[in-house]
Amino acid sequence: MFNRRALLAAASAIAILGAAPMASAQDDTLDIALISKGFQHQFWQAVNMGAERAAEELGVNVTFEGPDNETQVDRQIDMLAAALARQPDAIGFAALDSQAAIPLLQQADDAGIPVVAFDSGVESDIPVSTASTDNMAAAALAADKMAELIGGEGQVALVVHDQTSRTGIERRDGFVNQIEAEYPDIEIVTVQYGAGDHLQSTEITKSIIQANPDLKGIFGANEGSAIGVVNGVRELGAEDIVIIGYDSGAAQMEAIRDGLMAGAITQNPIGIGYETVAAAVAAINGEEVETNIDTGFFWYDAENIDDPEIAAVLYE
Amino acid sequence: MTAISSRPGIGAMFRTQGAQKLLAFAGLVVLLVGFSLASDRFFQTSNVIAILQAASVNGVLAIAATLIIITGGIDLSVGTLMTFCAVICGVVLTYLGLPMPIGLAAAILAGTASGLASGIFVAKLKVPPFIATLGMMLILKGLSLVISGTRPIYFNDTPGFTQIATGSIIGNFFPAVPLPNGVVILFVVAGLAAFVLGRTVLGRYAFALGSNEEALRLSGVNVDRWKIAIYALGGSIVGVAGILIASRLNSAQPALGLGYELDAIAAVVIGGTSLRGGQGTILGTVIGALIMAVLANGLRILSVAQEWQTVVTGSIIILAVYADMLRRQRAAAAA
Repeated sequence: MFNRRALLAAASAIAILGAAPMASAQDDTLDIALISKGFQHQFWQAVNMGAERAAEELGVNVTFEGPDNETQVDRQIDMLAAALARQPDAIGFAALDSQAAIPLLQQADDAGIPVVAFDSGVESDIPVSTASTDNMAAAALAADKMAELIGGEGQVALVVHDQTSRTGIERRDGFVNQIEAEYPDIEIVTVQYGAGDHLQSTEITKSIIQANPDLKGIFGANEGSAIGVVNGVRELGAEDIVIIGYDSGAAQMEAIRDGLMAGAITQNPIGIGYETVAAAVAAINGEEVETNIDTGFFWYDAENIDDPEIAAVLYE
Repeated sequence: MTAISSRPGIGAMFRTQGAQKLLAFAGLVVLLVGFSLASDRFFQTSNVIAILQAASVNGVLAIAATLIIITGGIDLSVGTLMTFCAVICGVVLTYLGLPMPIGLAAAILAGTASGLASGIFVAKLKVPPFIATLGMMLILKGLSLVISGTRPIYFNDTPGFTQIATGSIIGNFFPAVPLPNGVVILFVVAGLAAFVLGRTVLGRYAFALGSNEEALRLSGVNVDRWKIAIYALGGSIVGVAGILIASRLNSAQPALGLGYELDAIAAVVIGGTSLRGGQGTILGTVIGALIMAVLANGLRILSVAQEWQTVVTGSIIILAVYADMLRRQRAAAAA
């Protein structure tokens, strides 16, 4: 009995394993392993979509993996190690903690496997290229739109996700610097941090509005912050305040359609995935690759939210 | 059934304590052979080492969880406790600048203290283990963030710290076998835990607690004290896991750890330890942790989509426990 059962189990296990490589036939097709910061979030799935699009166009195989959440630094390292063992032709990597990954990236470098960083940079000169959003320029565009919508004068405030992450710092500075440089009649009354948490950002927004009755506009620097700003404004009924958001997501898109939010900056996650794979292929072929690839960003509002070009980079 | 008893060799094999280990071990071998056949990139020294390294932290956590599960309890706090110990180590070494041995001792002490607290909640305050350790899981997650200031603590000022897990003393002597120290530490911890379980009073009482706590109490044993001791021992082993992960990442990542307790418990049950308590082996747990690491690595090497990797892992857990249930029923029927 047990022998038969064990045999059966063994046979089925081997069948599963045997079927797998059929799907990923190891022929001459280039093999590119992307290790991202996350997997099931809409933003990362959009990156994956872009990568797959490039893979199809360029005729290469791409795998896309990422840990369950952005705290699992060690899981990401395990994924990178497994990807290295597979001996891919190139690796795309979005580091959760760039220090922890350096020994493995060094290994890739020694093995002659080109590494393309995406979404955020790696503190090392191993990556041949970094494909990411120019957050400073994107936030400056938000500042321009804010100035235009409030008529070039008055008080504005910022709700930012945090003061330590690269995206938090760059989006804050991009917005603040642009206002200070170009719009002398606009005053930034406060910059507050809500960890990108909806509820926390809501409370912050309400206290900012309470403290500044003449406030004309608020910039929420990531999806969670922007949704918090919308909630806070709605709860206080202060709907004449101009809200500008960042990224997309169902709640933010709905607020824009309802007119509660004036508009938002969207990154181009699909472009990030696409450019990463394209740069990897170029690097494999020994072509010159730009050190920094700006994957672009867009302004979207109720007017253009359904344009095919914009709709393609938004995620629910 | 009669067929089995008429073949004493096989029947006896499956009735012994070691049977589940054999079953799990056979599963591990099947996976290794299967993956090796499926990809020539799987069975290479560097990849085998990557697998062992991936298994080391989960393996140590699972050993701690095994001790507690054998007593009929459960420990949901191992993941965040590991992080807490890593953070304590970071505070002592990086913020206070004390020498490395003090940092390592502090991490293990922090684990012991937390295990002691869980043990007291369970044994003295009679809070069910699931609830007590669920509470500890959240407390420790919060404390890790508070103590670290919600930022990773790097060990750049402690030379040699990354060598604890990633260096290779064995490799210095036998360059052909660059087995990382972290893996050696896993095996040493496993050896010690197996010794405690198999050869000491504490181990005997752990099994007795799991199979019949009331009988143990009636025979005059101070049940509470031994239970607290097991939780404390589990905690100190988690402290070792904290050191391992901190060394591997060269940093204490304060937000990490939630969810790791489930991987540890999965390794324990794949290894044949019963969640009802009273049964289990450390060797089985180590094999369980290896199976999980081999699966994750092998499926990645085969470029299986991540969605399906999780489906396969879940199926393997159910399959392993089902096989174990069958064996138990057979053994019970034959006895």
